[in-house]
Amino acid sequence: MSFLPYAVAVWLFVVGLWGVVTSRNLIHLVICLTVVQASTYIVLLGIGYRTGAAAPIFADIPTGTPTVDPVVQALTLTDVVVEATVVALLLALAVQAERRFGTLDPKEFGALRG
Amino acid sequence: MSRRVRLAIFGVGVAGLAALLVWGLAGLPDFGNYQGRYGRIVARSSVPQRKATDAVTVVTFDYRGFDTLGEEFILFISVIGVLALLRTHRDTEEGDDLEVEAIRRAPPPSESLALLGRVLAPLVLVLGIYIVAHGHLTPGGGFAGGVVLAAGLLVLYLTTGRIALRRIRPVETFEAVEAVGSFGFVLIGIGGLIAGAQFLHNFLPLGSSGLLTGGTIPLANVSVGLAVAGGVITVLSELLDQRLLRRAR
Amino acid sequence: MTAAAAATPALTALQAVLLLAVAAGGLAVAATRDPVRQAIVASVFGLLLAALFFAFQAPDVALSEITVGTVALPAMILLAVARTRARAARAGAAGQRTGDGRPRNPGSEPT
Repeated sequence: MSFLPYAVAVWLFVVGLWGVVTSRNLIHLVICLTVVQASTYIVLLGIGYRTGAAAPIFADIPTGTPTVDPVVQALTLTDVVVEATVVALLLALAVQAERRFGTLDPKEFGALRG
Repeated sequence: MSRRVRLAIFGVGVAGLAALLVWGLAGLPDFGNYQGRYGRIVARSSVPQRKATDAVTVVTFDYRGFDTLGEEFILFISVIGVLALLRTHRDTEEGDDLEVEAIRRAPPPSESLALLGRVLAPLVLVLGIYIVAHGHLTPGGGFAGGVVLAAGLLVLYLTTGRIALRRIRPVETFEAVEAVGSFGFVLIGIGGLIAGAQFLHNFLPLGSSGLLTGGTIPLANVSVGLAVAGGVITVLSELLDQRLLRRAR
Repeated sequence: MTAAAAATPALTALQAVLLLAVAAGGLAVAATRDPVRQAIVASVFGLLLAALFFAFQAPDVALSEITVGTVALPAMILLAVARTRARAARAGAAGQRTGDGRPRNPGSEPT
């Protein structure tokens, strides 16, 4: 039962990949990539969790109480915001591809010409 | 290769990948049984060493500040990529005017919506400033607060059709804000070098408690908040087509 | 410490429910094909993910995920759709094939 977080992470990874492979719209494809990203966040936070521990904010608890790992939270925190702008870059690529090929369907794309 | 064959190959591949992932993740310690010592040491020493109570922000901006510098430049480069992609062909393509006209011909937001936006946006902006400023004491910090600031400006745009005051030229302002934020973080790092220690060393005096503790951490919070807010607004306005924003109505 | 960890279950009921909700939400996001609808589903998915992060005792991450996943990301998606749809409408009027196959009146939807 305690494998459920990692199982959900694997499930999200697979579902996101399935969405990418069967996509007919570039924008839909980019959103499925965010689902894959969510699976990595769950793995990271799942690793750092300690049963019965508190959040690593010592504003109201004394120093030394057991808390969950703050390092993986720092990694996930910066990742969440930065990946939003990377998704924006991918969406700009999709807009540009639509401008060049006239369609958002990945199967209709021809070869890239300079 | 037909679609069915491709999907069959994908199915086999993803089944193998899932099996590998499950096998790999099963080798980790049980959920809830975190064994690492580094995290425990960091959590225990963030208050005595840096006088800042939010251990996650201390890790992001002080103990692992170099990683944050790299992430911030990923953000910077993504924004440059969006600008490069969406600006180059703008004036050479026919039919761009049609695109702009289509968006401009949409009816303007109603008066009650504009009033709601004018009341709500300053509240959201103040909340964003609070989250950025108190990042080293309570949950939040530069990244979360920067996105809240950008969301406040987005609320203003959605409800009033105007993204900034009439005298500010919105496009150039937010690009400058983002550049200042990104470079500010580098300057803080160089300040550590000038103070005689390594890059990104925490060289400012640590307070004892309250808002001005943590040395360089509040400054880093502010600069990252500016960088993130400027970056998100620049990207959103570029996706919208900046020509609509350039002439503030 | 290990005795205490063995006594209380590692995964609380709240975390289990949120994990299952996140799994269902991920499937919903991938299965929704229309980008405009998918933006709203992705917004709900971001909210569920933020609730899960709260249950994992990670308030900083939850705060970032709320703002990014519910506001910034759907805004970007809708803006990208608006950019492509106006162009597709013009192309559809000119007789070419369009991407999502539904040419719409350019002035009929708000920004």
